[in-house]
Amino acid sequence: MSEKNRPRTLMPPKGPGPGPGGPGGRFMHPGAKAKNFTGTIKRLLGYLKTVRVAILIVLIFTILSTLFNTISPKLLGGFATSIQSTVIRRSLYNSVTGILGKIPEGLTGQEAINLLPESVTQNMTENIKNELLSMDFSAYPEIEYPYIGRIILTCLGLYALSAIFNFVQSFVLASITQKTVYRMRNEVKDKLNRLPISFYDKYTHGEILSRVTNDIDTISNTLQQSLAQILSSLVQVVAVLIMMLSISPILTLVTIFTLPVIILITTIVAKHSQKHFARNQAELGNINGHIEEMYTGHKIIAAYGREEAAIEKFDQINQRLYTAGWKSQFVSSLIMPLTHLVNNIGYLLICVLGGLLSTRGIIDLGGIVAFTQYSRQFTYPIVQVTNIFNILQATAAAAERVFEILDEPEERPDDEGAAEIADPKGYVEFKNVKFGYSPDKILINNMNIKVEPGQTIAIVGPTGAGKTTLVNLLMRFYEINGGQILIDGTDITKLKRSNLRGMFGMVLQDSWLFNGTIRDNIAYGREDATEEEIIQAAKIAYVDHFVRTLPKGYNTVINEEASNISHGQKQLITIARAVLSDPAILILDEATSNVDTRTELLIQKAMNKLMKGRTSFVIAHRLSTIKNADLILVMKQGDIIEQGTHSDLMKQNGFYAELYNSQFMGANNSQTA
Amino acid sequence: MGKIIKGMGKYGWLYALSVIFVGIQSVCELILPGKMQVIIDEGITKGDNRVILKSGMEMLLFSAVIAFSAVAASLFMSISGSGFAKRMRRMVFVKVINASNNQINQFGTSSLITRTTNDITQLQQFIVMSRLAIFAPFMGLGSVIFAISEARPLYWIILLAIILLLIAVIIFFRLVSPLFLSLQKKLDRINLVLRESLTGVRVVRAFNRIDRDKLIFNNANADLTKTSLKIARIMAVMMPLAMLTMNGITVLVMWVSAGYIDTGTLNIGQMSAFIQYIMHIMFSLMAIINIFVFLPRAYVSIERIDEVLSSENEMKQTSALQKEKAKTGLEFKNVTFSFKGAEKPVLKNISFTAKPGTITAILGSTGSGKSTLIDLIPRFYDVDSGHILLNGVDISQMDISTLRRRIGLVPQQALLFTGTIAENIRYGKPDATDEEVREAARIAMALDFIESKPLKFDEPVSQGGTNLSGGQKQRISIARAIVRRPDIYIFDDSFSALDYKTDAALRKNLVKEIKDAIVLIIAQRVSTVLNADQIIVLSEGEIAGIGTHSELYSSCEVYREIVLSQLSEEEIA
Repeated sequence: MSEKNRPRTLMPPKGPGPGPGGPGGRFMHPGAKAKNFTGTIKRLLGYLKTVRVAILIVLIFTILSTLFNTISPKLLGGFATSIQSTVIRRSLYNSVTGILGKIPEGLTGQEAINLLPESVTQNMTENIKNELLSMDFSAYPEIEYPYIGRIILTCLGLYALSAIFNFVQSFVLASITQKTVYRMRNEVKDKLNRLPISFYDKYTHGEILSRVTNDIDTISNTLQQSLAQILSSLVQVVAVLIMMLSISPILTLVTIFTLPVIILITTIVAKHSQKHFARNQAELGNINGHIEEMYTGHKIIAAYGREEAAIEKFDQINQRLYTAGWKSQFVSSLIMPLTHLVNNIGYLLICVLGGLLSTRGIIDLGGIVAFTQYSRQFTYPIVQVTNIFNILQATAAAAERVFEILDEPEERPDDEGAAEIADPKGYVEFKNVKFGYSPDKILINNMNIKVEPGQTIAIVGPTGAGKTTLVNLLMRFYEINGGQILIDGTDITKLKRSNLRGMFGMVLQDSWLFNGTIRDNIAYGREDATEEEIIQAAKIAYVDHFVRTLPKGYNTVINEEASNISHGQKQLITIARAVLSDPAILILDEATSNVDTRTELLIQKAMNKLMKGRTSFVIAHRLSTIKNADLILVMKQGDIIEQGTHSDLMKQNGFYAELYNSQFMGANNSQTA
Repeated sequence: MGKIIKGMGKYGWLYALSVIFVGIQSVCELILPGKMQVIIDEGITKGDNRVILKSGMEMLLFSAVIAFSAVAASLFMSISGSGFAKRMRRMVFVKVINASNNQINQFGTSSLITRTTNDITQLQQFIVMSRLAIFAPFMGLGSVIFAISEARPLYWIILLAIILLLIAVIIFFRLVSPLFLSLQKKLDRINLVLRESLTGVRVVRAFNRIDRDKLIFNNANADLTKTSLKIARIMAVMMPLAMLTMNGITVLVMWVSAGYIDTGTLNIGQMSAFIQYIMHIMFSLMAIINIFVFLPRAYVSIERIDEVLSSENEMKQTSALQKEKAKTGLEFKNVTFSFKGAEKPVLKNISFTAKPGTITAILGSTGSGKSTLIDLIPRFYDVDSGHILLNGVDISQMDISTLRRRIGLVPQQALLFTGTIAENIRYGKPDATDEEVREAARIAMALDFIESKPLKFDEPVSQGGTNLSGGQKQRISIARAIVRRPDIYIFDDSFSALDYKTDAALRKNLVKEIKDAIVLIIAQRVSTVLNADQIIVLSEGEIAGIGTHSELYSSCEVYREIVLSQLSEEEIA
């Protein structure tokens, strides 16, 4: 969530000179650590293999763009030097003419010094004396427009080239990144489709979602922004260092002295801010959890009058969040002003020291001007570079979470030349089936049943008896640990999964509808269904009637909150969907528990129609269904403990009989009362 | 909006303080280039070391002030931003917790959650950013003044820079802004699509629609990628162009300055100061633009929060207490009720009496108004017309919390809270003794499974009770109601997740414990209501019949249909 909503700013990359904002933003990364850093990074880079050439272009263009930008300050320094020298020469020319009145032909600088009075020459600084010595008095000193014009044009050219290279680099990188991320998302999604259902029982939806969106987004950001930034920062540091050395080794030394201070500040602040940031994230999670829980339980809180308790707990978490929040924010915002201060001190030292050196003629004005620019271009990349590790860590951690999904063991693929049953009859046989959700906890030890086409099998048992397990096995959502399940005489593991699942129609406990129209949701049952067939199915499931009372009829969009459609109606739509799919075998998973009495009655009629001629497994709650079933499977704690018809089981006088009799207790009571 | 400003409280002052420090920082930053100009023009050019040292010391002083102000501004900003968020979050939370059901329905739970979490975070981010933007116009204006006072002849370059920037802004808002909006929508879309295929994973596979599922995701993904790519590409053009413009303007200033320096109207130091001011102007404008990028999003959040804060709880709060007469029970007198904005009433002319010590069962089809009927009793909603009387007193004349204290509600979906099992039962009566909790669990048939847990009553319940089965949750939620020993028990289809055996045993226990309480049960199974003292059959918001099982079976057609669908003839007999 936090990554998704990260503000995207219009700020250009830091140019020379101080400005608001800065590289502090990237410090806001949580201190998540990858378990296998190098391995993950290597694997992530593997994604870029196919675009090797493009990556090479990006690298080269980044380096060129940075280099061209780095040359300009020194050239512009030459511009300043040239103009300043003209200014100084003019004032010297004027003083000389002031003293001599008229300048003699062929006067040299040395002669001029000798002509000037002692009082003037004594106070003259080295650099001015040097100017005087190299002066030509034959003409009034003019600004060297051709020379400075060339400088200006060269700089403009360099800037333009740098911009073009930068553009090409960003443009290519954008394509690479987006394509890579697109591929990665699809890859994860495809993987999700190949994973067994047990995977979905292991991870929460939120976790999976966050990996596909937030984590991939983090990777995308690193590829898009950080990589080029890191490279250009490194190049810039080296290039600037070379330029500075070429101007003045002494001043370079001064700048380098500020370096450890800046690195120290950056690392200390980053360390502290990560600690606070992690706490902040944790408290944010806590408060969001509390809010979600309290809002969902609003009715209960109101009914039991526990508003104060809810608010009290909220206040405690909120206070902790506040403390962690301002601390993490404050500490991470320290980087900018502190490095800025160190930077300014360095800048000042350069100005003062440079100024003093220039009066001795060791460095010229242009050198100082250029140097001040370089010193700024030097520190900010350093701050960036010290943060590289954090960014890479966070990225590796994100990539690791994505790879974790990609490395999950997949559903066993269909066998080579797996069979297909074109016209399923609905014979179902369980032969010595052994199953447990984990191999060391076997639930079903030896299950044997034989079902003829068109029979109804009622599955009964107390809550939590594992009645959905049978569904999981029939549809091959889980693999069995031993024995065989046969449909029309064929082992289901020898069948194509798509063929197997196509034989079933099911109505699950939670009516799953997707964001789309009612028509689309019903049509989900069969790909090529016509409008008439859809409406026919809707009529059978008693959907048609209420749909027609809706303003938009079948075009009513079922949204996430689906406030326009009741739970019972949703259930009806899923039944219509099953009707449309016209399956050989039907699985009704407590299908009507959300539809109540009168509606249930209507559904019952439709169900009976639907069940006719089809093998039906019904996780039953209704006694009439159970009593009319051809076979009753009684489940307890995941195992089938009894099986047979109603009268068989009553005769056995076992668990089923007990269950059945307890049902009668209510009826008996009312009769005796 | 006013509520939000008021919501800042003392943090408003800290915010103001932070803005002041940003101001100090900005002014000092404007002074620095001037000092630098002195060093160049008076010091270096004239070879005066003392000027260099003096100006250098001054610059150092200002730098220290800048650093100090920046740290102070950050400190006050962090505290006021977080504090503001804290207060706003609390305001919204308290409002929602005390909201009526109508208010909750109006917004929807998930929307309220987003409003209390994401929207507040958005607002906080905006406030933190705004500190820079508030001062940016002044900083920009200050830079213009300083720049012109340093180098008057170059004023037209400032105009040029501003015009270029404005063009960039217009392009940005025309091109990029809408793209950002659509990017957000596409992100939401991919989230939605993925969430759907996660929740429906069994259905997708059962219907063999993996290809369709894949196609929908691929489309959403391609769509998202297309927009992201477009933005990244526009940015790839804009960023170098912006840099080039800035550098170009710097070079332009230098070239033009050369001419003025030639005629003696400008010094080199002034030129260099001017360049620095131009940079300041550019950055100030950028900060302002940035705020405009965020403003629409922040504004949406502000509006969404404001909607919650200004929504009114329509429930009448009365303190005038009437004395209750004899225990005559709960009476509905011609009660009619319709939901806000609905055309037709959900309940029409409902009249019945539930006497103390008796069980009243309510039966009816989807949408017949059963749940709504019982929601009226704890005053989740007030009736449109008619009266609900408890022991002769109209409940609309009662204090809501006092009324609710006398009700034990067991909702359709057993909702438990994070904590232990004991804490969840004790939710019904905070000061219940261990004995009382245990007894309630026994009556609710929950004792056996609780005792089988490793930590027994101290077994933790995770959020939403996901570590318990549906039946276990339901029994704890029943125990929670029983521990209150309320005057009125309301069971809203509370036995659906229980198997027949537990259901029957539980009801048997209940009958013994009720004594003179009023009991209302909504049920799906006829067997659950067979032994009720009276059964109310609802049909489309109206009462289709009231009576005992045998009375209704012979007189009420709707009832007979329901019974026949569930029981065979021999069971009915």
